[in-house]
Amino acid sequence: MTATESTDVLVIGSGFGGAIAAYHLAAGGARVKVFERGPWLKADDFEHDFKLGASYTRVFDFVIGDGMSVLGGNCVGGGSVVYFATMPRAPRFVFERHGSIGRRMWPAAISRDALEPWYDRVAEALPVTQQTWDRVPYAGGLFAAACHHAGRTANPAPSAIDVDMCTNCNWMMAGCRFDAKRSLLLNYLPAALAHGAEIRPLHEVQHLARNDDGSYRVHYRVVDEEDYRILHGEGTIDAKIVVIAAGAGATPVILQRSEPHLGRMPHAVGRYFSGNGERLNTAVFDEDRVREVLKLSRPDGRAYEAYQIGRGPTVASWDRLDGALPEFERYSLEQLYFPPALGTILAQVPDASPSWFGRGKKEMLRRWQSWLTIFTMSEDDNEGVFGPPPETGNAHRFSQQMLGHGPLRYRPTANTRRGWSLADADVKDILERDGLSRVMPWTNDLVGAYTVHPLASCRIGDDPATSALDDRHELRGHPGIFVTDGSAVPGALTVNPASTIAALAERAMPGIVRAAQDRGVAVTYGAPSPDGETAGRRAVAHLRS
Amino acid sequence: MESDEAAEHRMRTMVLEAFADTIIPGEKRGPDDAAIAGVDVGGGAVAGGAIDLLEDPAGGIAPALETICVELDEYAREHAAATGLDLDPDLPPFVGLPFEARTALIEKLTSPDHPDKQMWVGLALFCNMAFDSAPHMHTVDALASGHPGLLAMGYESPEPDGLWRFPTFSYGRQLADPHPSTTSTGSPA
Repeated sequence: MTATESTDVLVIGSGFGGAIAAYHLAAGGARVKVFERGPWLKADDFEHDFKLGASYTRVFDFVIGDGMSVLGGNCVGGGSVVYFATMPRAPRFVFERHGSIGRRMWPAAISRDALEPWYDRVAEALPVTQQTWDRVPYAGGLFAAACHHAGRTANPAPSAIDVDMCTNCNWMMAGCRFDAKRSLLLNYLPAALAHGAEIRPLHEVQHLARNDDGSYRVHYRVVDEEDYRILHGEGTIDAKIVVIAAGAGATPVILQRSEPHLGRMPHAVGRYFSGNGERLNTAVFDEDRVREVLKLSRPDGRAYEAYQIGRGPTVASWDRLDGALPEFERYSLEQLYFPPALGTILAQVPDASPSWFGRGKKEMLRRWQSWLTIFTMSEDDNEGVFGPPPETGNAHRFSQQMLGHGPLRYRPTANTRRGWSLADADVKDILERDGLSRVMPWTNDLVGAYTVHPLASCRIGDDPATSALDDRHELRGHPGIFVTDGSAVPGALTVNPASTIAALAERAMPGIVRAAQDRGVAVTYGAPSPDGETAGRRAVAHLRS
Repeated sequence: MESDEAAEHRMRTMVLEAFADTIIPGEKRGPDDAAIAGVDVGGGAVAGGAIDLLEDPAGGIAPALETICVELDEYAREHAAATGLDLDPDLPPFVGLPFEARTALIEKLTSPDHPDKQMWVGLALFCNMAFDSAPHMHTVDALASGHPGLLAMGYESPEPDGLWRFPTFSYGRQLADPHPSTTSTGSPA
């Protein structure tokens, strides 16, 4: 039995919520440790390789639930390492949503205007940049042209990618080999390390218990670096403040497992999960029609055939992000790339039975370079509920890496299905016009719905009955425990959520610093941007109190 | 003389191949090939390496393969009886089913209300992956050796250092009008 260590602040998870907390608290003078259950890889480790055991399967988790499967990061840097780095801010109406609880879901203190300076801090830190049409890859251009042809608008979406360094290899889900993607490995995390924070990879927190002095004892296991099904030693560490940012698929599971030790959890822990209303459609384009109707042509003469080229999503259509439309009928449509396997098995063949396998599917795969995947982000109904936690982690791991079965149950309500159905019809209208393509939504019959943006499973709010955290992100009834990841976001955002998750984490920092001070930690708030820039700090200076 | 164990393994492999061939069909390897139905030209999931992938310990499905094959044969027997099909006694029952019957059975096993759906979907997922991403091989090696799935999909080859780069990637011009309410940060309003 090893002795229990101690620290001022323990951060669980090293994605946006964890990295931002680790940086501000360490820069402010606190002793900070970050436990991350995944491995710690850097640019040279990120391989262009689908082989099981390559970085692609080491840094990713695909957890199959009952009616909902969740894709998420599993490495130091979390989602920022595996995501597509698309960073729009959430539209104004999102903050006014009621969902199905009969009142505003977001805390009164938070609106788009109130969050802008925190968005600015994130944009400065990563940084986030606007993209230009001359650098939009073919797939984004094709979507834009199809939108224009259908009388719609389309925008190059803001992004945390240094386009000058990007090779458009589309391997960014395996981690960026070229450090073009501005993941947390390049800003908040190295800055946190420079201020003395310690990051421990392959440390999976299992549960928390409360000490007599009001601090917390955190119990963890060490994960095998190759076969994540194997757990090695266990240990404990005491912390005055615990920041949980394990991701919306894992944070509530840790808290549920802690309930026998900590006492009753707020009702909303493990409830109100949102898959960000996500839905996918795959179109197969007719190359001749692309040339004739859209007048598109590559320098080598091909019209398109470029699904493989690019950097994930680059162009989005925001015509339905209209606050005047009824709730559950607003969504964005975004061009997307998904690599083979994760991005192919659920795609359906138009007018074929069976629709997802067999001869028709093989024929569809032969035209893979003419595919275009369209990603819908809509307003779902927060219908996800986590069942009893597995013995360890957040899933029964099936493969040595990546694949597991988790306790999340999701049954889309009529509201959610209405949004999906409107979006499917819209995608069909845009992409099938004048014979450009044939399009079908992905099947939900195999692994349920599918999200890469899990949210809201431990959310902020003003109503204790429907939110697990107060508007400072503190867990109700458990002072000193804060949650700053996607699980804190109250509901679907209709756009990619990373920017909002990070802005909320930035906004929560002054309050967490104050809580640490109240617990006797010598820490102050006021660090500049990780690279030393100070415009963002100046802009929020008056918001701290 | 083939041992009982070897014969059993051969039969098991045939069942898995017949399943994989139903997910992504390919051409027969020879006139006596019973596992592959031969309904399509070029290699399918079997030629893609489905058996290697299923038996890869990293995948997690290998320990269940014996059970899977026993159950698949049992379902095949029931399906044949229910639909009046005669099965060749020298072949495992699932292999004895014609392609259309294999397809119908897999549709039933993977339907949302089937109690073991998760297992059958998992098996199908691995067969699909063998064809479209070859995760039992390094991708560079798969392309160099002419992997049938990646080749059929037109998956581009990497540069000599084994990394993909696309220096020419854009139509290079504005192809739509941005949303009129776009804010100064490039976000929706």
